[in-house]
Amino acid sequence: MSENKTITLIITRQDHPDEPSYEEKFEIPYRENMNVISALMEIRRNPVNADGKPTTPVYWDMGCLEEVCGACSMVINGTPRQSCTALVDQLEQPIRLAPMTTFPVNRDLAVDRSRMFDSLKKVKAWIPIDGTYDLGPGPKMPESKRQWAYELSKCMTCGVCLEACPNVNSKSDFIGPAPLSQVRLFNSHPTGEMNKSERLQTIMDEEGLMGCGNAQNCVQSCPKGIPLTTSIAALNRDTAIESFKSFFGSDQRV
Amino acid sequence: MAGTRGYVNRRLHSLLGVIPIGIFLIQHLTVNFFATRGPEAFNTAAHFMESLPYRYVLETFIIFLPLLFHAIYGVYIAFTAKSNLSNFGYFRNWMFIFQRITGIITLIFIAWHVWETRIAIGFGWAELNYQLMEGILTEPFFFWFYIVGVISTTFHFSNGLWSFFVSWGITVSPRSQKIMTYASIIIFLAISYVGVRTLIQFAYGI
Repeated sequence: MSENKTITLIITRQDHPDEPSYEEKFEIPYRENMNVISALMEIRRNPVNADGKPTTPVYWDMGCLEEVCGACSMVINGTPRQSCTALVDQLEQPIRLAPMTTFPVNRDLAVDRSRMFDSLKKVKAWIPIDGTYDLGPGPKMPESKRQWAYELSKCMTCGVCLEACPNVNSKSDFIGPAPLSQVRLFNSHPTGEMNKSERLQTIMDEEGLMGCGNAQNCVQSCPKGIPLTTSIAALNRDTAIESFKSFFGSDQRV
Repeated sequence: MAGTRGYVNRRLHSLLGVIPIGIFLIQHLTVNFFATRGPEAFNTAAHFMESLPYRYVLETFIIFLPLLFHAIYGVYIAFTAKSNLSNFGYFRNWMFIFQRITGIITLIFIAWHVWETRIAIGFGWAELNYQLMEGILTEPFFFWFYIVGVISTTFHFSNGLWSFFVSWGITVSPRSQKIMTYASIIIFLAISYVGVRTLIQFAYGI
């Protein structure tokens, strides 16, 4: 039996948003088919560190447990990813867990991703259809477009692309790849396209599209395989055309 | 609006790097390459450039002002990045960091180079001819300083050209970006050869 087999975890912990972080080591019994979350649950069940001292249970965020909600993202052995799909058998030991550095830490491995949701509000990542009467069905979307737009819609705001981006840091206000790709998604929708110009205008600054430095870590890191750099390049084209239109004037004003 | 200014600055930074600075770089390396045909050929080519009409206007608006803007804004861009190569050792991430490092090296090199040549000539401390560059480059330290400076400049231009094509939405698809990567490598090798070959001519007369 694998009674004596253990898993070693080194976890970067933080008790309070304003307190310094520290590392704590844990040894937990091995079970087959464990993921990082079941390992964390084991620590929660018996919160004793590797020195045999009782400690507070490690805190983390989780939701769907099937890599579609994005809540359980953390840095696992240096790579930002979802802890639900990080299988212990595939990880090098000791397993190092740390919170993503791009976001403020709430506690231990749980971070505050509010900035991403604020960015989605800023870029108007929705399709306005509310009104005082039924507008009827919208225009149809070509199937070929729907297929690539669907790929963009897989974004779960997990924050991995922001963590991977060298231009998203404490020295810059760059909103990161995720909300930019959402601009392309909603601009591709036949009804959403009616607000295309407005969305483009909101990302035409240093915090927006211009913050990209083409390091392309985002597209390599995205757990959903979203073509983030294609979205950014496509938006570069759209905003270049948009700025010509708005400066020289064409179809925006009489 | 500050936002609009940031957008225009970035667009301008990207544009000026290629037009006119990149074009000037290729022209400059090409004219200097005349040195490989001997001192007379270099002097004739250099004097032709020196005696262009409204030269100060050309120098100011094609070289100095664009270069100054690109350099100052570029330093700001370089220092707002935070390298994360240890965890993300991808090719483009390396290029991202090299672009920033070579930008800083190129700035130091060009500042020194302009001081030693154009400004010295302007003040009458030196005369524009083959012997000026020969005198500088026969010193081993400056020969290697120029080698590093020139290769850093050609890298910054070639890789910058790749970014330019992305930043203006010309290469959108991953495939076109990949082909542009190969093209930028060829451009880098070609103009590096032109630059380094000229330096060897000045330093060793071969």
